[in-house]
Amino acid sequence: MSLLPTAIKVCYFLAALLFILGLKRMSSPRTARGGVVWAGYGMLLAVLATFFLPDMHHLGLIAVAVLIGVAAAWWSGKRVAMTAMPQMVALYNGMGGGAAAAIGAVELIGYARRLALLHPPGMPDTSPLRPESWALRGLPPLPTVATLSPVELTLGVLGALIGAVSFSGSLIAFAKLQGWLDKRFVFAGQRVVNLLLLAGAVLTGGLLIGGHASLALIVAFFALSLLFGLMMTLPIGGADMPVVISLYNAFTGLAVAFEGFVLGNEAMIIAGMVVGAAGTLLTQLMAKAMNRSIGNVLFGSFGAAAGAAQAIEGAQKPVDAADAAVMMAYAERVVIVPGYGLAVAQAQHKVWEFAQLLIKRGVKVKFAIHPVAGRMPGHMNVLLAEAGVPYDLIADMEDINPEFGATDVALVIGANDVVNPLARTDPASPIYGMPILDVSDAKHVIVIKRGKGTGFAGIENALFYADNTRMLYGDGQAAVGELVNEVKTADG
Amino acid sequence: MIDGFLALYIFMLAAFTGYEIIARVPVILHTPLMSGSNFVHGIVLVGAMIALGHAQTPFETAIGFIGVLLGAGNAAGGYVVTERMLEMFKSSKPEAGKGSH
Repeated sequence: MSLLPTAIKVCYFLAALLFILGLKRMSSPRTARGGVVWAGYGMLLAVLATFFLPDMHHLGLIAVAVLIGVAAAWWSGKRVAMTAMPQMVALYNGMGGGAAAAIGAVELIGYARRLALLHPPGMPDTSPLRPESWALRGLPPLPTVATLSPVELTLGVLGALIGAVSFSGSLIAFAKLQGWLDKRFVFAGQRVVNLLLLAGAVLTGGLLIGGHASLALIVAFFALSLLFGLMMTLPIGGADMPVVISLYNAFTGLAVAFEGFVLGNEAMIIAGMVVGAAGTLLTQLMAKAMNRSIGNVLFGSFGAAAGAAQAIEGAQKPVDAADAAVMMAYAERVVIVPGYGLAVAQAQHKVWEFAQLLIKRGVKVKFAIHPVAGRMPGHMNVLLAEAGVPYDLIADMEDINPEFGATDVALVIGANDVVNPLARTDPASPIYGMPILDVSDAKHVIVIKRGKGTGFAGIENALFYADNTRMLYGDGQAAVGELVNEVKTADG
Repeated sequence: MIDGFLALYIFMLAAFTGYEIIARVPVILHTPLMSGSNFVHGIVLVGAMIALGHAQTPFETAIGFIGVLLGAGNAAGGYVVTERMLEMFKSSKPEAGKGSH
């Protein structure tokens, strides 16, 4: 490996430091904004320093590619709506995985080319692992990575495999969340096919490591890896996508770390590994919050074994906006439980307006957020923050659950499965065991809902039939608008 | 060239760092943090630049070019969406005095 000038090494070191400090600052709401800016400086420093590495060719091409990539992503990132954030993360993550796979591809193709030069027919004893054999064969010494050690080769192949899976898998996740791929793609023997694809990718990768590198083998290896990522993600339903995106985020981190080892770049190793570990933990947290194991998400299919869920007695009891508004205007404590339906209806601004009216009247208002409200943990917090709701009025599930007993009115807007008491009481329910918000403990529950249908998972909700629950039917935006008007009228 | 065992130590320590950073994060920041970590692995751009810079055949150059495009998209896109999300997090504390409390 070439000796880097010290200044460039220092830049990479600072970049790694800024990444870690930046992520650390991102773990508290007060310093979070500064955190991403710090990490941004780290990235800028590392990218600029790379232009000054010795033995770099195609500098013009590199600059062009960087500019195009940055411009396109900057433009799309600025325009995307907050509700679409999860799929954008999936898309950018897929790009990262693809970049890692591309690094692996360039390294492997170069390796195969040099291997072919070193092993012409009839000269079997020249080893690619001994650069001195280059001179013996009268070849010019290559200025770059002349050979790959067995460890470098192994990690390079592994990183390329993981990166390729993350690339094609993330693109499918993006397409699903964007609504381009509505149907789940399921057929008999799917697991066997997927297993065979993975086995094929591992086998071709193993042959590459074993010294049989040829262009055809490399193409086969990448085709199998990409196809595996595709086929592995296609049968997974939209509800499980956040876990999958988080998993692929961790995958990309690992792939980056491995390719960083091949290139001898410490900043890539550290940043990639930090993300790999953080992403793995985050994936576990998400899966736990959804009461799903990661294996179940990847290899099971949701709702397939729903079977005989228990029938619910009673009827849904409607309420009109005027009565609902009065109940809350004269309450002492109100907890608002927003779900993804709220964000889809773009009602979060109206809800905050309503909450402010209540606060002005002396009502103690809090927002309760289930870990998987929205499309990934914390997504709903982002959507409320967008409407201007201060983060200290927003409570996590663990903090708010004991408080529902002392709550006068719980207002549920566009949330369904995360407030379904069947998760606690009905072992036959597919969501049994999932931690829920104990909304039914409140004295009164008001549910704003479009109609009488079941939720995203297609499960009946016992909360809607409870004695202390009243249903306010209507579009989230319109219903909250009515509540706002009613309270304003009451205020005179 | 990084020594194999030295790399193993870096791998291990970096993994612990990542684990510890996330372990103490409140749920409200999970989405921004996932997006933030997505941005951090945008460092893959540097690797793609090196790969393209060392490419020697047109085929390698083409793949390297795609790699840099994708890496730049990861880094820039990851930054923009993370920054946009975190920009919105505000506290009610400054106004709390004249509010209802």
